[in-house]
Amino acid sequence: MKLRFFGRLRDAVGAGDFDRALPPQVDDSDALRLWLGREYPALLDDRVRIALDDRLIHTAASLDGVAEAAFLPPVSGG
Amino acid sequence: MIALSPHPIDPARLLAEFLVEAAGAGGIATFTGLVRDTHGGERVEALWLDHHERMTVQAIEEIAATARLRFNLTTLAIVHRVGRVGAGEPILFAAAAAPHRRAAFDAVDYVMDRLKTDAPLWKRERRGGGDHWIEARPDDHRDRARWEVPHDA
Repeated sequence: MKLRFFGRLRDAVGAGDFDRALPPQVDDSDALRLWLGREYPALLDDRVRIALDDRLIHTAASLDGVAEAAFLPPVSGG
Repeated sequence: MIALSPHPIDPARLLAEFLVEAAGAGGIATFTGLVRDTHGGERVEALWLDHHERMTVQAIEEIAATARLRFNLTTLAIVHRVGRVGAGEPILFAAAAAPHRRAAFDAVDYVMDRLKTDAPLWKRERRGGGDHWIEARPDDHRDRARWEVPHDA
């Protein structure tokens, strides 16, 4: 799966994106956050939102068929 | 026009184009945002704006569509910079055209408040020899909340 990181998460993770094969038990967005969060604790901040294939999700969502997960920290536009 | 621009934007040219597009409206309100040159007493060199190449445009289009309906606009333009923007340079141009002035002013105000809190854009400020990520301030969220109450037109 392609994993992407925006804003301050680029620095926290040390990359804007990378590809990672997920273990079978990482099958939804909550599990993905916890699994990656062991390596990158910044992702565990509950203000960090997740988008699966460009769609923001609000509750745990299946990763079945998902090509890309994006981690979005609080925004600062305008 | 709704656009993200990786290149410098020229508000005068954008307004000239908008005047043509808005022909027939009763009035136009515009807002041009500039990159502030100081922050907390430190000199700001530039901002770098991170964005998502699809989600950011989609979010701004949703804000624009909501503004058009809510304020009964005839035309609306939002052009937002992405990438590196130097201190003092325009970071955003917004223009709303409506039959009457109040709707145009309100629409631009609304668009700005929504952009601050709802558009996937992240600012990194270059100042004091270091890079600093900026988050929306509590004031920005308060400003955004003003629009959640039904609005008397």
